[in-house]
Amino acid sequence: MLLAGVRINIELLFALLVLGLLVGTLVALLQVYGGRFFGTLASGYAWIFRSIPAIVLLFLFYFGPSEFGVNIPPFFAAALALGLRSSAYQSQIFRGALQAIPHGQMMAARSMGMSRTRAIFLIVIPQAFRISIAGWSNEFSSVVKDTTLAYVVGLNEVLRKVRIITDRHYDLAMLAYLTVALIFLVLTYAGNWSLGRLEKRLQIPGLQMMRGGTREV
Amino acid sequence: MAFDWAWLPLLAHGLILTIEITVTCIAFGFVLGVILALMRVYGGKWLSIPASIYIQIFRGTPLLVQLLMVYYGLPSWGISLSAFVSGVLALGLNTAAYQAEYLRGAIQAVKSGQLLAARSMGMTMPQAARYVVLPQAFRIVIPSWSNELILMLKYSSIVFSVTLLDLMGVGKRIASHNFRYFEVYVVVALFYLALVFIITQLLRLLEKKVHIPGLGEHAES
Amino acid sequence: MSLLKIVDLHKKYGNLEVLKGVSFTLEQGETKVVIGPSGTGKSTLLRCINRLSPPGAGEVWLDGVEVTDSKANINELRAEMGFVFQSFNLFSHLTALRNVRIGPIKVKGMNKDAATKLAMEELERVGLTDKVNAYPAQLSGGQQQRVSIARALAMSPKLILFDEPTSALDPELIGEVLTVMINLAKEGMTMLVVTHEMGFARAVADEIIFMENGVIVEQGTPSQMFSNPQHKRTGEFLHKINELYGESD
Repeated sequence: MLLAGVRINIELLFALLVLGLLVGTLVALLQVYGGRFFGTLASGYAWIFRSIPAIVLLFLFYFGPSEFGVNIPPFFAAALALGLRSSAYQSQIFRGALQAIPHGQMMAARSMGMSRTRAIFLIVIPQAFRISIAGWSNEFSSVVKDTTLAYVVGLNEVLRKVRIITDRHYDLAMLAYLTVALIFLVLTYAGNWSLGRLEKRLQIPGLQMMRGGTREV
Repeated sequence: MAFDWAWLPLLAHGLILTIEITVTCIAFGFVLGVILALMRVYGGKWLSIPASIYIQIFRGTPLLVQLLMVYYGLPSWGISLSAFVSGVLALGLNTAAYQAEYLRGAIQAVKSGQLLAARSMGMTMPQAARYVVLPQAFRIVIPSWSNELILMLKYSSIVFSVTLLDLMGVGKRIASHNFRYFEVYVVVALFYLALVFIITQLLRLLEKKVHIPGLGEHAES
Repeated sequence: MSLLKIVDLHKKYGNLEVLKGVSFTLEQGETKVVIGPSGTGKSTLLRCINRLSPPGAGEVWLDGVEVTDSKANINELRAEMGFVFQSFNLFSHLTALRNVRIGPIKVKGMNKDAATKLAMEELERVGLTDKVNAYPAQLSGGQQQRVSIARALAMSPKLILFDEPTSALDPELIGEVLTVMINLAKEGMTMLVVTHEMGFARAVADEIIFMENGVIVEQGTPSQMFSNPQHKRTGEFLHKINELYGESD
């Protein structure tokens, strides 16, 4: 029964990661190439969504609209809230990667007649993408665990299942939580391992970035 | 849609609890973190492996699960803790694991020659750690540590789920009474933003104050 | 009784034997210089003497006490031996003054005022009175090495081990450090110095020890070694070194 709940967590995970990836990339590009106005806007967005606690965002996106008569299902509210939050963190990772690509790459591309846009998409982004993987897997680990927060907006994920179990069998509470903890340990490891393999497969000799040590930026 | 000034004092109380919880759990986490880091770096097999296991477990499992486990799970084993203690304990144990890792990295960033010189003049290992390695490691760890402090400030909001009336808890209460969810939570969000901003600036000042020329992650040869 | 006695010292790193049975003595007040090609175990020798690197076999005796005895109080013994590193290893978070006085305070239990006075004296001895409150990063290489010598002196050691003290310095800074070392030797400090600086050796060494491939090939007074070496290799090496490094005072 717990595993059925975990399935929801995983679905939420994918949804929010994809949203985070798309918006995050956009924000990063705006920050690096967007000029003063859009750059500042993007930075502001990133700062706001990194500085507001996940819980507050979840409540805002779930309960907020209900005041205006709009009822968003928990899954979508959670995916939106956590996804946009993740996009803010991911944008910082991509921004770092984009800025780590030596300017000479851009100069060479332009010197052969490429437009700025093409240079960005053909030369810079493919390299930046590869160096992002290490930092991205930090974000991944972080976010896997954050999916449990959706519990507070009533999503029928694993912690809600635990509640159901403990309501009936009070004495199993500790055991239930330990099991959930174990499940997440496994998930996190599996995820990190896969990302590690991906990083190795895509590695270009000579192209590396210092691995960040912090959990989030 | 309107904002009620009467909310402010209530939220202020919640804010104070939030700060109390954050500061307490970070302090607790720091002490435990230092111990764990020392175990990892200088302990032999018997110390560094258990420390490592602790760190992996607390970093690899969700914070909310840890909190609920302490507050709802422990009673089923006969241990009942108050909401405040549960909150601080769970958060503290969690942040200790992260702080231990950052500190470990910082200790290993201190050049090995420093330790050699300390031992060569007859300092014992504990003396060398205390007077030479740790003072440098603590300065090196400041950026990561600041990050962790801000993070804990935000994550402290989960304690509302175990009945604590921190900033988030108060907000939820107000909102469920008057159904003005949107305004209330926006205000709560603004409170957190202000808090994060102020603390970030304070930490920057701290970093400047204890800065020693030549000591840092960009140390030369 | 010799101040320092090395008996048949052996040391292996993995499968590579770096010291293959080294023996010699050092009397009080003597200055001996160890020379030889890189990688012949000279630095390893010094680190074995204060057990920063534990020897594989053999004995080290300091003033009648066996350093290599596993039951020996190594911290007490190290406090009586000064060690000057090639890379200085000054404590980066402490000013020059604090670097010099931390040993006397924390290891020897001296009180802070006495230690500060002592530290100031030693810093004056190496010519750095005006830099006492500078941090290592604010000092030149030569200045850092002189502070490091002051730091060793502040412990009132029975002897000082120098591990290629000038090899990491820019040429124009070598002189200031050698001057300090020459003065120390003339004042009667017992010193064991690993170096390439032949000028220094000629000026103050009581004996030069030539090591190659983990063994002592030859030892003798500077005039003996330079004008009448017994072994061919000694002569070759000295000749090459003289060419490269020349004389320096």
